Amino acid sequence: MNILDYTATELSEKIKQGEIKVTEAVEAVFERIGIKEEELHCYITLEKDKALARAEQVQRKIDSGELTGPLAGVPFAIKDNLCTEGTLTTCASKILENFVPTYSAEAVRLLEQAGVVILGKTNMDEFAMGSTTETSYYGVTKNPHNTAHVPGGSSGGSAAAVAAGECFAALGSDTGGSIRQPASYCGVVGMKPTYGTVSRYGLIAYGSSLDQIGPLTKDVRDCATILETIASHDSKDSTSMEREGTDFTSALVEDVKGMRIGIPRDYFGEGIDGEVKDKVLNAAKRLEAMGAVVEEFDLSLVEYAIPTYYTIAAAEASSNLERFDGIKYGYRVPGVEDLHPMYKRTRSEGFGPEVKRRIMLGSFVLSSGYYDAYYLKALKVKALIKKAFDEAFARYDCILGPVAPTTAPELGKSLADPIKMYLGDIYTIAVNLAGLPGISIPCGTDSKGLPIGLQLIGDCFQEKKLIQAAYTYEQGGM
Amino acid sequence: MAKEYETVIGLEVHVELATKTKIFCGCSTAFGGAPNTHTCPVCTGMPGTLPVLNKQVVEYAIGVGLATNCTITQYCKFDRKNYFYPDNPQNYQISQLYLPICRNGYVEIEVPEGSKKIGIHEIHMEEDAGKLIHDDWEGCSLVDYNRSGVPLIEIVSEPDMRSAEEVIAYLEKLRMIIQYLGASDCKLQEGSMRADVNLSVREVGAKEFGTRTEMKNLNSFRSIARAIEGERARQIDLIESGEAVIQETRRWDDGKEASYAMRSKEDAQDYRYFPDPDLPPVSISDEWLERIRGSQPEFREEKRKRYKETFDIPDYDIDIITDSKHMADIFEATVALGAQPKKVSNWLMVETLRILKERELDPEDIQFSPKHLAALIDLTDKKVINSTVAKEVFEVMFAEDIDPESYVEEKGLKTVNDEGALRKTVEQVIADNPQSVEDYHNGKEKAIGFLVGQTMKAMQGKADPASVNRLLKELL
Amino acid sequence: MANVIDDATIEYVGILAKLELSEEEKEQAKKDMARMLDYIDKLGELDTEGVEPMSHVFPVRNVFREDVVTNGDDRENILRNAPAEKDGMFVVPQTFEG
Repeated sequence: MNILDYTATELSEKIKQGEIKVTEAVEAVFERIGIKEEELHCYITLEKDKALARAEQVQRKIDSGELTGPLAGVPFAIKDNLCTEGTLTTCASKILENFVPTYSAEAVRLLEQAGVVILGKTNMDEFAMGSTTETSYYGVTKNPHNTAHVPGGSSGGSAAAVAAGECFAALGSDTGGSIRQPASYCGVVGMKPTYGTVSRYGLIAYGSSLDQIGPLTKDVRDCATILETIASHDSKDSTSMEREGTDFTSALVEDVKGMRIGIPRDYFGEGIDGEVKDKVLNAAKRLEAMGAVVEEFDLSLVEYAIPTYYTIAAAEASSNLERFDGIKYGYRVPGVEDLHPMYKRTRSEGFGPEVKRRIMLGSFVLSSGYYDAYYLKALKVKALIKKAFDEAFARYDCILGPVAPTTAPELGKSLADPIKMYLGDIYTIAVNLAGLPGISIPCGTDSKGLPIGLQLIGDCFQEKKLIQAAYTYEQGGM
Repeated sequence: MAKEYETVIGLEVHVELATKTKIFCGCSTAFGGAPNTHTCPVCTGMPGTLPVLNKQVVEYAIGVGLATNCTITQYCKFDRKNYFYPDNPQNYQISQLYLPICRNGYVEIEVPEGSKKIGIHEIHMEEDAGKLIHDDWEGCSLVDYNRSGVPLIEIVSEPDMRSAEEVIAYLEKLRMIIQYLGASDCKLQEGSMRADVNLSVREVGAKEFGTRTEMKNLNSFRSIARAIEGERARQIDLIESGEAVIQETRRWDDGKEASYAMRSKEDAQDYRYFPDPDLPPVSISDEWLERIRGSQPEFREEKRKRYKETFDIPDYDIDIITDSKHMADIFEATVALGAQPKKVSNWLMVETLRILKERELDPEDIQFSPKHLAALIDLTDKKVINSTVAKEVFEVMFAEDIDPESYVEEKGLKTVNDEGALRKTVEQVIADNPQSVEDYHNGKEKAIGFLVGQTMKAMQGKADPASVNRLLKELL
Repeated sequence: MANVIDDATIEYVGILAKLELSEEEKEQAKKDMARMLDYIDKLGELDTEGVEPMSHVFPVRNVFREDVVTNGDDRENILRNAPAEKDGMFVVPQTFEG
């Protein structure tokens, strides 16, 4: 069996058993990268030398018995909006073209402590704003299943890298679907945990109240294992939570008997592709056949999630991105001697069109005279959306639906019409607004061979139910 | 007939809190470190960093709110105030707009007509900005973020003041309260207390307020008083010449004794406040509030009362000593070491105040320890040194906080108690000054003073003046 | 299109956001923003009377640090990414007005 065919946890097992060396695994991945990367462009930065040195170090720690965990020795990819000490971190933006953090994100630190080997930083939509990875300053990433198509976004590089075997697992971030949607488009597993489960320290903020870090993996076991490793109550992040139920791997149990699964009718209406609909509903039938109690219901407010989301995310982003001003780090326009022109030129040259669009919108909705009408209104609708989910979870263990209305669109077809692109987030963003966990798992392909993702949404802190349902579905075979 | 105008003044007072660390990170707040040595990724706005609130900031803010009769907002939040400036590393300041921690308070000040309440609209918590240093040679500015993230409270008054005197009385009152709490040292020169003045004028008897301006960069009581006078005159001139006062922020230039408008097209003054998503709200329980209320210190009024009951010192002394928490602390600690209250008070009232005035210092700048003052008093009580020497020793003690006992020993300043040696010196002085001796015998009592002086000089000050006097009278 | 964004608004938002748009970008931004606002106006259909705005999704309160110094001198790292540095400080265009 080819090394690259193992899942992350399988590989780690083989390494600990002495069958595979960490350097072999890392070299195997770099060999694959050598073949695929030029076409796919999953990474912004690759750190081969560092990774090989690190592999040796991890191997020694495994040999000495210091590292025994389930991720020891796993070659890993990190989305480029997560700070990595000593490694370029760009957020796929020109404005951070030369930023080398002197600290690592807490999630990255925990993974390294668990013995993973970081290969490099993956491509993404600039500042995680986009659904296709086409807004990256460093070029597009292609879908490994069909290179004429996008990998999804914003964690497109991470999803594509996992799908193409250019890493064994990756971290992404999800503000409105940015883990789940590319996972769906690339046919891998992706999970956004409950808000506050993974520390945001070191994650370059887009929409602070919505951002969560999560894994992109080959299977549900890897997903649960990684999530268990990176979940923490971090004193550096005031919104990270002291919570129970983070022993996620204990939910890797094949059993959905009696599990109540709700299917929102509103998720299968206008706009959904027929093939996506069929495959997702088939998955529901399969779970039903395995013993789950599946029924349809009306979630309500679905069409209000997108305007609510874009108001809140744009407002927070406009403020979060103010710090990029050419003074402390990153790009500064040369030769401008006055302060405000320096700010304006630096930012206008440093940010791409989609980022500027959202900053402009966010600045407007917070500006004097509009705050109540837009921002405050959106926060109120957010409360209503959360309530709608609360009501649903009073009846169901989890909600089942598609991740996205279609499979991966063709390259170059999405950015011209931003609103149409935003509409593609309809099934994922409400989950972020309500702080809920959501997982995307492959449930087949369309007639063009592009993967389709099944989304399971849980009540807050109920990741284990999602993992159990997803694992059962996955083990049940296609 | 010339119209009469009334000045209407409200103040925004920023006070740096005396916490050990910054409001949102574990960096030191110590004043005066080398540039950027008290900084970390959080207080320099590095990507991905997050704020975590210092609990002591909340406790100090509540303490100040309670001491100024405010209602404490038991559910309060932080908001972001967005504006670009290089001293503001995130380009937003974490502050409080919608739910400030304290509201609707007041303090009482003394005015010629009696006492007057100055309303406090709100007190909110926020972070300080860094410092900009201007490099005129290179034509650029340099940023030092040591101060970035130092906790501030902003105390916003109602427009209740009508003169510079009232403003200064209000500021002194606030300063005293905050110093008593230990929440800040409130030094205007170092910027740990800063006041922005909102001022408008209106005709006496008018109901509506005039258009106000906001004056910044006032770093002494003197410049506050001058800026108020200057701005009042400027606004009256505008009104009398038929021009409108423009609502604007003005910067006071202390050197030029004039203010100028800080207008800029790039400064839209639209701060786009919104709740900071990185900071969960603060919920202040009744128990917490009562705990802070219970641990509030003895404020000036109570202290004054207690001093009157406990110590036999004049009311005037009590007023001066309790005017500064620091001085009152020194007084009490020295008395606690066994010194007689009246003597301690004398040292504070006479020598200490004299030196403070000469060197333009505040009582908060007093560095000597109560232990050393008590020792000095003990030395004079036991006549180990005379009062002249004691004053000299005190000067050194004030400057360097030396231990008077060892200092007196080292420098050989002890009073000479050798009767024989003293008698010899007195005899010599009498022999050397026949004119004064004659004057004395002719009834000029004052002449003896000269002879005492000469004797002390000959003894290098180390004699007991009473003994000198006695011997002189005896030998004459 | 119900919302119309005029030149002055785009200019003003540019000042707030510190973005300098080309004429072409401005025209595009006017259209984009108006369309997004039309879309956001959909929220007006919902009656939110009496609904408490939800800025934090979970009722977490009172997350504090103790007042203990944990950071030392980290100047070298803080200045490592500075575009321009002098005397241990960040160099910026002159800010002093007058």
